[in-house]
Parts: sequence; C-alpha cells; structure tokens
Amino acid sequence: MENLLSLFVRSIFVDNMIFAFFLGMCSYLAVSKNVKTALGLGVAVTFVLVVTLPVNYLLQTEVLSADGILGMDLSFLSFILFIAVIAGIVQLLEMIVERFSPSLYASLGIFLPLIAVNCSIMGASLFMQQRINLPAENVQAITGVGSALVYALGSGIGWLLAIVGLAAIREKMAYSDVPTPLRGLGITFITVGLMAMAFMCFSGLKI
Amino acid sequence: MSQLFSKKNKDVFFNPFNIDNPVTVQVLGICSALAVTAKLEPAIVMGLSVTVIVAFANVIISLLRKTIPNRIRIIVQLVVVAALVTIVSEVLKAYAYDVSVQLSVYVGLIITNCILMGRLEAFAMQNAPWESFLDGLGNGIGYAMILIVVAFFRELLGAGQILGFNILNYDCIANTGYMNNGLMLMPPMALIIVGCVIWVQRARNKEMQEQ
Repeated sequence: MENLLSLFVRSIFVDNMIFAFFLGMCSYLAVSKNVKTALGLGVAVTFVLVVTLPVNYLLQTEVLSADGILGMDLSFLSFILFIAVIAGIVQLLEMIVERFSPSLYASLGIFLPLIAVNCSIMGASLFMQQRINLPAENVQAITGVGSALVYALGSGIGWLLAIVGLAAIREKMAYSDVPTPLRGLGITFITVGLMAMAFMCFSGLKI
Repeated sequence: MSQLFSKKNKDVFFNPFNIDNPVTVQVLGICSALAVTAKLEPAIVMGLSVTVIVAFANVIISLLRKTIPNRIRIIVQLVVVAALVTIVSEVLKAYAYDVSVQLSVYVGLIITNCILMGRLEAFAMQNAPWESFLDGLGNGIGYAMILIVVAFFRELLGAGQILGFNILNYDCIANTGYMNNGLMLMPPMALIIVGCVIWVQRARNKEMQEQ
C-alpha cells in the first residue's frame, strides 16, 4: 500500500510526463491556449492512460515475455503491439463514449483521435516495460496490474496539472508585452522551461 | 535527370532547413528533440534514425497511397512506422549498444513522433515517391539540425565537453573562476534553449513573427 502511494506521488511530481520526460509535448503546446479545452484534453489523456496501461502490462507479462503463454521472448514485437492496442482502444473508447454519453463526447470527442499518437500514452507503456524488471523494493518498480493502474493514474494527473497550469499562464500572458520575435511559440517554450525548473524542487521528495 | 532535381524538388528538400523547419516552425516532434539533447552523441544518433525512418516511411506510404482506404489510413501508417522503428531499434542495439541504452524509450517513441505522422498525412499521401523521399530527408535533416544545435550548447556549457572530449575542463580555465553550469544538463534548460533558437530564427525572418 505504501509502495503504491509512493509510486502515485512520484509519478505526479517527480517523474512528471511533461517536465521530466517531455512526453506529449506536441498536443501540450498546441492545445494549451485556454483552460477549458486544456482540462478536456487532460482528462481524456488520463482516461486513455488508465485504460491502456493495464492492458499493455498484461500483454507484456502474459504474452510477450519468455515465461508467458507462448513460451518465447517476443519483446521485439512490443512496439507494434503496444501502438496497435493503443490505437484500437482509442477507437473503441470513441465509439463507446459517443453511444453512451453524447455530452462527454462533445467535450472530449475531438481530442480522442489526437491521443492515439500522443507520446505520453506510448511513453508510459514503454516506461512500464522497463520498470517490470526492477527489484520490488525500488519505488519505481511496477509489480502488478494494480501498480500499473496507479502509475497510469499518477502520470495522467501529472500531465493534467501541467497542461492546466500552462493554459492558465498563457491566458494571463495574452495581456503582457512580449518582444515581437518571441511572441507565441518562443515565450511558451521559455514559460514551460521555468515551470519545469519549479517542478525540479520536488526531485528530492521521499514518502 | 534534370526533372528529378527541379526547382520545386529543391524547395521540398531545402525548405525544412529554415523557413519550414519541423521543430521550430511546424512544432512537430518536440518530445524527443528535448529529451535526448543532454549530450551530442545521442542527439546525432537520434537525428540520423529519425531521418532514415521519415524518408523510408514517406516512400512506402507514397507507394501505397492509392490503395489505402481512407478510414483506416492512420492504422496503416502507424504499422509501417512501427515496423521501421523496430528495425532501427534492433540495429542500434546490435551496433551501438551504449547509445541505445542512453536513448532508452525515446527510440520506441519515434513511432509517435509527430514528424512522422505529420509528414505522412500532409505530404506522402498526396505526392509521388521521389518527392516524398526528398521531403522526408529534408525534414529529418531539419530536425537533426535543431537537435545538434541544442545538444552542442547543453554539452559544452553543462559538462564542458564536445562528443566526450574535454573543451573547457582545464585548470587554466578553472583558475579564471569559470565553472560548468550543471543546470544545462537538466530538463528545463532544453526548453529554454529551444525557445532561444526560435527567438533567433524569428528575429531574422520578420514574416514568421506572430502578432
């Protein structure tokens, strides 16, 4: 239980997807112009992470690894299978959300196809693949479906925090006098850099 | 022969170097551009890998463009890219193991690198194989250029080295009071250096500035 809590807090603050690993930067920069849409994308990313990561965990441990049901080490196939699982689940989620909750579809719908190629989803799966083999006492180790789920939730919330924070700053920045060549993209990069610097102070965090 | 290198094809190849750069102008493929640039060597390897993969993915999709049904094109593109990335990753593991350990998950993340999907969607789906090849090569090199510039400054100012050779780590320099700035090796400075690269580029090209 303590391990799970520690993994959760670490994946939000210390191993933050945006500030420590730059994953999902493209949509992060493109969709952070106002807080409302940023919140929508953040929730959608968290949702897809929580669904895909346990599936990919089971795929990796039960099918692709040497002691899985096929009995051979097929992990070189993991890139193709992970991305196929992610693209398939995103498609499925889009259909389910459209059928059962039109209002949620109206707010998340446009973002869902974007998420299939969001690096943070694929990145979380690849990090999970690396962390399976860590010794169990390591706080970063992912030892079961439960901890894969917690890791996914933490990473998603970290991503959500980051994008909502940047969107709020950019809304305020619209009123400030930025040098012309730096306007738009340039100042956004520098803002994210400063936010990442602030998040670095969590790096000694221990629970 | 002259047709192969016409004015239009030259533009397709050279535009991504400056006015249509994938990183600083199209804002594609930022994730890996920032993450692998703490040292010059992995940045060069990453730039090369992406160039090879974009060029060949563009050619393959361009050859298939008339036979792919529109509804499932994203999946087809992802599978082609994922197969190429798997090949590159296995080659790196075989011949450059140290670098492939340093790049860790970012080789796999070339699959979801937006440069790939962006160029496949925007160019290879409408153009012939040769133009697509040039476009892929140009964009890959444009991406590699930014990576190399960022990695050069980060490694020089952060570790005092270039490609692992000492440049600033000598007593005569240390005696003047100069110290390496360890923050340059941390993630935040990658973002700030890319911000500065964009600043310099836009200051030189007035038409790119946003109002």
